[in-house]
Amino acid sequence: MIRLHNIHKYYGSGEQSLHVLKGIDLHIAEGELVSIMGSSGSGKSTLLNILGLLDSHDVGDYTLAGTPIVRLREKHAARLRNQFIGFVFQSFNLLPFKNAMENVALPLYYQGVGRRARNEAAKAYLDMVGLADRATHMPNELSGGQKQRVAIARALVTQPKVILADEPTGALDSTTTEEVMEIIKEVHGKGNTIVIVTHEHDIAAQTQRCITLKDGLIVPDTVLSSETAQVVG
Amino acid sequence: MIDGFQEILYTLKQNKLRTGLTAFGVFWGIFMLVLLLGAGQGLQNGMTGSFSNDMSDSIWISAGRTALPYQGLPTNRRIQLTESDMRAIREQIPGVRFISSENAVGSFRQSDTLVTYQRRSGSFGVFGVADEYFDIKANVGFPGGRKLNPLDAHQSRKVVAIGTLVEQALFAPGVSAIGEAITINGVQFTVVGIFYDSGREGRMSERIYLPQSAYAAIFGGGERVSVVGVRPELGVDGFEVERRIRELLQRRHQVSPNDRRAIRTHNMALQAERFNAIFTGINAFLWFVGLGTLAAGIVGVSNIMIITVKERTREIGVRKALGATPSSIVGTLMLESILVTSIAGYTGLVLGVALLEGVSFSLEALNIQLSYFQQPEVDFQLALTALGLLVGVGALAGLVPAVQAARIMPVEAMRAD
Repeated sequence: MIRLHNIHKYYGSGEQSLHVLKGIDLHIAEGELVSIMGSSGSGKSTLLNILGLLDSHDVGDYTLAGTPIVRLREKHAARLRNQFIGFVFQSFNLLPFKNAMENVALPLYYQGVGRRARNEAAKAYLDMVGLADRATHMPNELSGGQKQRVAIARALVTQPKVILADEPTGALDSTTTEEVMEIIKEVHGKGNTIVIVTHEHDIAAQTQRCITLKDGLIVPDTVLSSETAQVVG
Repeated sequence: MIDGFQEILYTLKQNKLRTGLTAFGVFWGIFMLVLLLGAGQGLQNGMTGSFSNDMSDSIWISAGRTALPYQGLPTNRRIQLTESDMRAIREQIPGVRFISSENAVGSFRQSDTLVTYQRRSGSFGVFGVADEYFDIKANVGFPGGRKLNPLDAHQSRKVVAIGTLVEQALFAPGVSAIGEAITINGVQFTVVGIFYDSGREGRMSERIYLPQSAYAAIFGGGERVSVVGVRPELGVDGFEVERRIRELLQRRHQVSPNDRRAIRTHNMALQAERFNAIFTGINAFLWFVGLGTLAAGIVGVSNIMIITVKERTREIGVRKALGATPSSIVGTLMLESILVTSIAGYTGLVLGVALLEGVSFSLEALNIQLSYFQQPEVDFQLALTALGLLVGVGALAGLVPAVQAARIMPVEAMRAD
């Protein structure tokens, strides 16, 4: 599903240039639940952004669902994000002036799906994350856990190939963290490929495979569950 | 399309203050432009109106006393124009289309001839005028009755055309003056026409005109003429005609060519020319101010577009992460700007025109005759062009920040707070 070969990423240029990723080789298979760990500055968020086509890599090859990602034009990247990837962010990033259902339906708007069909789909996914009764609530009327569940529903609504979660429980307390992780595992149970960036060990412990980054390089894989883990490299 | 529209309405509703301020800037720009142009037009209409109904190409010639000795003749010699002068002009000056004369009963400058109708009376200027007089003052309106005609002149009929102010003074409201007999210096005349001449802020309507033949028969004067009026042929240089007439008359009356007082000519074209120059100036100034206001509106729009984009960087980032293409981001922002500016601008346009019409209407309804301000109006086409310009430039102003916003990576955008 995801195949990275010798990925390098620099920030800035010249003397000030910062070498953030120093040659990442990684293969994530379809249906895997993977966590990426590392201290701050290890490059884990950068890696996630590159995986999510939110940022571009400078050197190396990236293949997403069989599509080589090479110097994409923004328009093309936007389409690929829309079709292939669902995002879950630490700060939820719900649009404040849209209610839960409209937030969930937004990715479908960019696919050109009609309003009625969009809202139907959004309701179905809200139901899945247990928030069917909150469909018309605005984000500021929802708790943190509820917001993140809305965000997960939004990430799922396009039936993407990969779900990328950046510290999805970072802003949540332990109870709601449990709730959210339950939902993530449930989604994974339906065959979705999920990549979680986290710095919490108990979150990483709930995934099948933990990839640890240190100083822009992968520390050899720790397999937590015996399923489809695989190292390329 | 409807979806896109709803997206825009959402965000506009979300930012009521910002939307309101942008809208107000545009509204104000257009509103002021319309008012300025309208007021300028009103000013021009008013001054053109008070200027005169005289055709702007007419030339009026009168005579006074000589100021310079010439050919052994002394100064301070009185020069009198005569009908033979008129004939000479007719015969010797090419390019004269109409020629006529005025002769005052009593003194020429003051309105001091007693005119009575039944128990009412007043002092007015009374003039005998020759045949082509109303061809020279072709713009003078006749709200009632008819002009003096050649038959009146031929038969020396005792008929008069009176100004509207004369009618108001002598006749009770609702009473028609046409066909009534008024008495001028003890002689009865029948009113056949009522005219309105806006010259000298309407005071030219305090006059009474009668045929020159009747004037000569009743009040005497023989061949003498006070004022000669000439209107040149179309396409003929009026200033050239004026110069030739002056030279002819100076020769006939043995007046020095340098004597400006003995033979005086007054060319309306000169006045019209000065007038046009003034209005070109005023209009240029109004345009300058109007365009300045408009420019301020445009700067306002672009400013607020820049703020909008800054404020919504995070939202744009999220939208991009969810699959919005750069063009859809730019399109949405631009449509937003265009929607706001066009609605606000159109409102300003309509309100501005409505205000002008309102002022115009109340001036008319209250019968207020301001000599310097009449019928403010604005060229709607012009205002629409200005509006289009504003919307276009507003959109263009939004384009730059929008394109920049659409270009930044979503990660960067989402980091911005």
